[in-house]
Amino acid sequence: MFLLRRLARLAASLAVLLAASFSMIHLIPGDPVRAALGATAPAELVAARRAELGLDQPIHQQLLAYVKGVLTGDLGTSFQTREAVAGVIADRLPSTVELAVLASLIALLVAVPLGVWLAIRTHNGRNPGSELAFTTVTGTVAAIPEFLLAVGLVVVFATTLGWLPPAGKDGPASYVLPVLALTVGPIAILSRLIRVEALRELDMDYMRMARAKHLTGRRLYLRHLLPNTLTATLTVAGLLLASLIPGTVLVENVFAWPGLGQRMTESILQKDYPVAQAVVLVYGAVVLLVNFLVDVALGVLDPRSAIRGT
Amino acid sequence: MRALRSPAPLAGLLLVTGFVALALLGPVLWGQSAARIDDAAILQGHSPSHPFGTDNLGRDLLARVLVATRLSLLLAALSTAISLIVGVPLGVLPSLLPPRGARAAAGVINALVAFPGLLLAMFTAIVAGLGARGAVLGMGLAGAPMLARLTQTLAASVANSDYVSAARVLGVSRRRIALRHVLPNIAEPLLLNVTLILGGSLLGLAGLSFLGLGVQPPDYDWGRLLLEGLNRVYVDPEAALGPAVAIGLAAAGFNLLGEGLAKAASRTASVVRDAAAGEALEQVASQGVLSVRGLSVAFPGGAVPVREVCLDVAPGEIVGIVGESGSGKSLTALAIAGLVPHPGRVTGGVSLCGQDLSALSPRELRRLRGTSLAMMFQDPMTTLNPAMRVGAQLAEVSTTHHGLSRKDALTRAVDRLRRVSIARPRERARQHPHAFSGGMRQRAVIAMGLMGTPRLVIADEPTTALDVTVQRQILCLLREVTDETGAATLFISHDIAVVGELCHRVVVMYAGRVVEELPVEDLVSGAAHPYTRALVASLPDMDTDRSLPLATIPGRQPSPTEDGPGCAFAARCDLATERCAAGRPPLVRYGPERRVACWEAP
Repeated sequence: MFLLRRLARLAASLAVLLAASFSMIHLIPGDPVRAALGATAPAELVAARRAELGLDQPIHQQLLAYVKGVLTGDLGTSFQTREAVAGVIADRLPSTVELAVLASLIALLVAVPLGVWLAIRTHNGRNPGSELAFTTVTGTVAAIPEFLLAVGLVVVFATTLGWLPPAGKDGPASYVLPVLALTVGPIAILSRLIRVEALRELDMDYMRMARAKHLTGRRLYLRHLLPNTLTATLTVAGLLLASLIPGTVLVENVFAWPGLGQRMTESILQKDYPVAQAVVLVYGAVVLLVNFLVDVALGVLDPRSAIRGT
Repeated sequence: MRALRSPAPLAGLLLVTGFVALALLGPVLWGQSAARIDDAAILQGHSPSHPFGTDNLGRDLLARVLVATRLSLLLAALSTAISLIVGVPLGVLPSLLPPRGARAAAGVINALVAFPGLLLAMFTAIVAGLGARGAVLGMGLAGAPMLARLTQTLAASVANSDYVSAARVLGVSRRRIALRHVLPNIAEPLLLNVTLILGGSLLGLAGLSFLGLGVQPPDYDWGRLLLEGLNRVYVDPEAALGPAVAIGLAAAGFNLLGEGLAKAASRTASVVRDAAAGEALEQVASQGVLSVRGLSVAFPGGAVPVREVCLDVAPGEIVGIVGESGSGKSLTALAIAGLVPHPGRVTGGVSLCGQDLSALSPRELRRLRGTSLAMMFQDPMTTLNPAMRVGAQLAEVSTTHHGLSRKDALTRAVDRLRRVSIARPRERARQHPHAFSGGMRQRAVIAMGLMGTPRLVIADEPTTALDVTVQRQILCLLREVTDETGAATLFISHDIAVVGELCHRVVVMYAGRVVEELPVEDLVSGAAHPYTRALVASLPDMDTDRSLPLATIPGRQPSPTEDGPGCAFAARCDLATERCAAGRPPLVRYGPERRVACWEAP
C-alpha cells in the first residue's frame, strides 16, 4: 500500500518532469533552431532541422512523438555533433555517477562518525571548546563553494606542487581532487546535522535506560545511539546524492571531467537544445528516483515512517 | 545588537559593509583603469603595477575585481528579491487555504524543495536565454522553494497561536489574517534569513557565470573573471585567485552575519558559575542493601537540588520517597545509580551491597551497578530503544555483565518476559517496542531488571504514565518481584496514596532534604512533620467533603538555588515560629524507625 502510493507519486513527478523538458524548447523565445544555427545559416538547413525536431507538426503530435521517443530511448540528435543524444548520455552519465556516488560515500563515512563523536563529546555542555571549534570550522568550510575549493585545489596540488593531475579522467589519481572538492562542503554540513540529531537522541529516555543498564560505552553508542540516528542519516544521504549528481556540474568544468555536467554546459553555450533538454530530463529523473528509493528504504527500515510519511 | 559583540557576526558585518561600500564606490574609483586597454601589458602575471596581473586586452585585473563588486552584489540582491516575491506567498499559502488546498500547497513545496536548486536554475537559464537576466531569474526561482519551506514552518507556528485562532473565530478574512497577523510576526526571522539567502545567491550566480551561463562579455562579474582566470591557472594562478578571494570573502561575510543574527535571536541566557557545595557528612554505620550518607548533588550556577540526604534500605524492604516536583527525589535516585547528567556534581557516600562506591574503579562500578541494580523510569513509551528488538535489549544486560553468549542471553530474556506475565514471550522478544502497549513495556522494563540478580530496584514514578488498572497490575508485579528475589526497592512517587499502599517505609523529601522518615502505618495518622501532614491532608478519599475545595499547601517550594539559614518549609508552615526562620532543624530520631526534622514536631 505504502509502496503503491510512493510509486504513484513517482509516476506523477516523472510526468511533470517530462512535460517540463518537452515544453523547454517551446518556451525559448523566438526560433530556437535559427538561434542555434546562427543568422547566416541557409533557410533549407533551418527548415530541415525544424522538421527533424518535429517543430512543423501540431503541438499534440509533437508531445506524443516526444513521449514515444523518450520511452523507446530515442532522445533526438545533437545539433552540433550529429550524434544520437541517447548515446551521448550513455557515454557521459557513468563518469558523473561515479563521482557523485564516491563523494557521497566518503562524505557519509567521515561525517557520521565525526558528528556522533562530537555529539557525545559536547553533550550537556561538556567540552565547550570543542563545540566552538567544531561549529566555527564547519561553518567556515561549509561557506566555501565547491568551485572555489576546486580552483584552490588545482592551484595548490596540481599547479604548485604537481602531485596530482589538474584535469581529465585518467587513473585513480585523477579522482582525488574532484572528489575532495565535492566532499569537503557536504562533510561540514552533514556532520553538523548529524551532531544535532545525535544530541537529540542522547537526551531520549531510552538512552537513560541504556545508561541505567551500565553497558560499556561502545555498546551504548554503537548499538543504541547509532541506529537511531540512521533515519536522519539516510534521509540526508539521499538528499546529498540527489543534489550531487547535478551538483558535479561546476566541479566537472573545473577538472574537465568527461561527465554529463560538462557536456550540458557545452550544449547550453552552443545552443545545442536537444542535448540540453535530454540532460535536464536525465538529471531530473535521477533525482526523483533517488528520492523514491530513499523513501522506500526508510519505510522498510523504520515501519513507523511509512505510516507517518503519508 | 547584542549579537555584534561576539567576533564572528562582527567580522561578518564589517565584511558586508566593506563590500557594499566597494559596490558603491568601486566603479567610480577604478572604472577607468578597469577598462583601460594596454597593448603593451597583455596577459601579464603579478607585477607591482598589476598585483593580480592583466587580462587578454592588458586591463588591470585588480581594478576589474573591485569594479565587478557592484554587478555581483546587485545581481545577488535582485535574485534574492525574486526568491522572496515567489517564495514567501507560496509559503504562507498552506496556513491560509482550506485544508484540501493547504495540503496541495504543502505538497508542491515539498516536491520543489527536494529538487536541486542548481538544476532549476539551469533550466530557467536555458529557457530565458544566456546572460545575466536568465541567471538571475534562475537563481531567484531556485531559491524560492527553500524560502517557501521556511515561511511555511514559521507561519504554521504563528497560525496555531491563540491570537490567530481568535481572529479566525471573529470571522476575520484569510487575507487579512495573513497580512495583519501572520506576516508581521514572521518578518523578523525571515529577514535574518535573507542575509543567508543573499550569500547563497551570490555564490550561485558566481557559479553560473563561472560556467559561462551568467553574465556575458563585455559585462563582467566575479564569476566571469574567475572563468577567464581559470583558463590561465597553470601560468598565472593569481589571475584566478583575485576573483576567488572576492567571492569567498563576500559569501563568508553574509554567512557569518546571518548566522550570528539568527543565533542572537534564538539565544537563551545561560549562567555558568561554580557552586560551593561543601557539606558535612553524617557518619552512622549501617547494614542493608543501600546506605546513603550526606548525598548532595550540585550544579554550576549555585543550584543544589539534593542536600545531605541520608537513607538506608534493608533487603526485601520497599521504601517510598515522596515529595512535590522539584523536591530532589528523582535526582537522589539518579545519583545512587550514577546517572546524574553532566555537569551535576555528586558528593557524599553511597554504599551498595556493603561496598563503598567511591572505593571502586569505574569498571567495577559499572559491573556492580549493572548486575545488582535495576532501574525503572516514568514513561515506558520512551524508555525502550525504538530501533532495537525488545529481546535484544534484555539480552544485552547479560551479554555485557554476565558474560553469557547471545543465544543463552536471549533464552534468559524470553524466560524473564514469561515471568512478568507477557504472553507468547518468544514471539514478543522478536518485536520492536512500538508493538508493545504501555503496560507491556513497563513489564518488559521490569523483566530487564530481572536479567541479573537485582539487590536494589529503583523505580522512578513507574506508574505515573499508565492508566489506573494497568498501574495496579504493575504495582502487584513489583511487589511480587521484591518478595521473590528479596531485593530492596526504592519507590519514588509524588502519589502518596500509591506509596501508602505499596511501601513499608516512607521517606519525605522537601527542597532537596529528607524532612521525615516513618513506617507506612503511621503515615495517615502519626506523621510528625507539618509538611507530611499537609501532603496527607491534600489527598482526597471517600470521606472527603466534596462541597469544600480540596486541601492544598499554600505557597511554593524554594528553588534549588535558595538556601536560607532556617527551615525551608517555614514560609508555608502554620506552626512556624521565629526559631524556624533562624535555624534549620536537624533530622533527629524520635521513636523506633522514625526520624523528623522539625522544631515543632510533637
